[in-house]
Amino acid sequence: MEHIISVLVENKFGVLARVAGLFSARGYNIESLSVAPTLDPTTSMITIVTVGDDRIIEQIMKQLNKVVEVLKVVDLTETHFLDRETALIKVHTKPEHRDEAIRIADIFRAKIVDSSPTTYTIEITGDVDKVEALINLLRPLGIKELIRTGRIAIAREAIRTDSPRREPALLKT
Amino acid sequence: MKKTGAEIFVEALRHEGVKTVFGLPGGVVLKIFDVLCQQKDIELVLTRHEQGAAHMAEGYAKATGKVGVVLVTSGPGMTNIVTGLADAYMDSVPLVAFTGQVSTNLIGNDAFQEADNVGISRPCTKHNVLVKDVNDLARTIKEAFYIAATGRPGPVLVDIPKDVSTDKAEFKYPDKISLRGYNPTVTGNKHQIKQAAEEIMSAKKPMIYVGGGALFSDAADEILDFAEITQIPVTMTLMGLGSFPGNHPLSLGMLGMHGGYWTNMAMHYSDLLVAVGARFDDRVTGKLSEFCPEARVIHIDIDPTSIKKTFHAHIPIVGDVKTVLRQLNVMLRSMDGNPAEMRALRSPWLKQVDEWRKAHPLTYKQDDKITKPQFVIEKLYELTKHEAIVATDVGQHQMWAAQYFKGTKPRTWLTSGGLGTMGFGFPAVISAQKAFPDKLVVCITSEGSFQMHLQELATAADHNLPIKIVVLNNGYHGMVRQWQDLFYEGRYSASYLGKIPDFVKLVEAYGIRGLRAAKPSEVEPVLKEGLKHKGPVLMDIETDPFENCYPMIPAGGAQHEMMLEDPPELTNAKKGGTQKRKVDEGEGVLPA
Repeated sequence: MEHIISVLVENKFGVLARVAGLFSARGYNIESLSVAPTLDPTTSMITIVTVGDDRIIEQIMKQLNKVVEVLKVVDLTETHFLDRETALIKVHTKPEHRDEAIRIADIFRAKIVDSSPTTYTIEITGDVDKVEALINLLRPLGIKELIRTGRIAIAREAIRTDSPRREPALLKT
Repeated sequence: MKKTGAEIFVEALRHEGVKTVFGLPGGVVLKIFDVLCQQKDIELVLTRHEQGAAHMAEGYAKATGKVGVVLVTSGPGMTNIVTGLADAYMDSVPLVAFTGQVSTNLIGNDAFQEADNVGISRPCTKHNVLVKDVNDLARTIKEAFYIAATGRPGPVLVDIPKDVSTDKAEFKYPDKISLRGYNPTVTGNKHQIKQAAEEIMSAKKPMIYVGGGALFSDAADEILDFAEITQIPVTMTLMGLGSFPGNHPLSLGMLGMHGGYWTNMAMHYSDLLVAVGARFDDRVTGKLSEFCPEARVIHIDIDPTSIKKTFHAHIPIVGDVKTVLRQLNVMLRSMDGNPAEMRALRSPWLKQVDEWRKAHPLTYKQDDKITKPQFVIEKLYELTKHEAIVATDVGQHQMWAAQYFKGTKPRTWLTSGGLGTMGFGFPAVISAQKAFPDKLVVCITSEGSFQMHLQELATAADHNLPIKIVVLNNGYHGMVRQWQDLFYEGRYSASYLGKIPDFVKLVEAYGIRGLRAAKPSEVEPVLKEGLKHKGPVLMDIETDPFENCYPMIPAGGAQHEMMLEDPPELTNAKKGGTQKRKVDEGEGVLPA
């Protein structure tokens, strides 16, 4: 099963190599990876999409936690979360296809960010299904180049469980 | 007053209480070596090869429980210690390796003797750091020692560029450090400990399975107490030997691939397994799907990744073994049940284990023609009165030593377990003897392993260390030959060692005493004389080239399906039967 794991790390050189090396050394897959600093410039957030059964995911979580520069590991798949990915898609556009490309982009609320006599570059941000649906629709027109950022994800605001008054309600639903 | 990086380095080591450093100089660490030679608190043991330095630091750490320290130069100096780092990482040995690096302005330029030390060592260290600024040096060293020694111990590498060793900074050594991403759990969860105690009290066929974690946690007393309160038999992994007295009635010795028949049977039929600082390594479990099929599993370990990595655990307890066992023992004492009742509850199980032990004890047949390796180790065990620090190399002799040399004290058994590094033993005895000049320190090795670090004979001779090297010389990479016998129809591909040096003459060239026992009758006199000798001595003992190590769980086999002796076809082959053997063609015989 696919898991999205957020890894908060110290913003030091070599940390990404250590995290990535951990995956390769133990034969775990990285489906996608994204890294950037957080609000606190001394830390970075690594978002990793990986696949594995419960045992493997448990090991991945533990192994990540063991890395000295790793501050926090969260398996977002266990919570409510939002995930987004951005793709830039450069599409071949013969004159008879240019309208079609714009229409498809509109439907997905994607933006045409660059145009040339023979291409449009379309920017799309959304969850994976949306990005992939757009790619599939654009494919018949001819995709010249495609670049994806990899997924980032964030937990939705947690439902408060620390308040005793809310507990019975939670139990009922 | 400001100090140079090199002075800060030495001062930091002094603060850490380091007495001995193992290493070898080179261009970029000259400044550090220059400072080292101008002070008396820290002794540098000059090794003849950096790998020797790494294994010496490991041996030192294993024997003393303190952090071992390595100091080598950049490039080849660093790459030569990689095996030692990997070995230490596998066996959780606290080690800090300082490597030289080219000056910061040259890093990445393919400078002379440059290597990506941090990159190379990343997968085989617990942590590693490149120090880019001399102002960070003291703190980084403090952190390195802290990380190496706490939690699940392991090797830490600190890479020091040349300009960092010559630049100046104020020396400020932090008293305390806090690392926001590193905070090992020490105390066990009370709820889980209570649950564990309840299961322990009611189990009918329990086993305690102790690994190397118990030794680094210094938990021997707690284990003894735990076993005696609960009357549960104790088995140890190769790395755990010494954590429980090998001659205690509740000791079942080593388990696993070459563990006792009774031990593996007891494991297989146990209904409760208390794993203490162990990690269910494949050499222990054999075929995982048939390992301890009936057992509930309580797993105590400081490293959460060890728990449920290969095998399930019903009650995981993350924490320091010593602390958790203390908590557990208090809990057990407070629970109902008295020692007599406990003994009565356990007696059928202990009786059963004893029956297994009697049915298939360790055996070998010593005749008057050719020396059996087991015989040598048994004699050595007798003659040392069980009171030696023993280091081994890797292979058959290691397994026989584990079976027959029943160590009674923690930190007296130094061996390379996880990585299985041939050549570990000899450097390890050098450092163990250095740490304990008055103790008897013995290296049990073989001609194959020993030849991997011959150069350290000079180190031993230089320091005139009274180490005793016992070479079980059978002319083969014995364990490889055994597998070739069993699984490759006796085709001895590259296991026959051909020309073996005359070890007696060889060590004499270094001014070390050499003795030889060519016949069984000479074994005891040679051992006696060697052990009596005041300086370093090597005892070259010619042993049966075709003795195989049993019991044995073949790789991938289930733990209760042990081979107890050579299979019939192999026995026939040995008698000159069908199996083609090199020895029949006149090859493979020992040099006269």
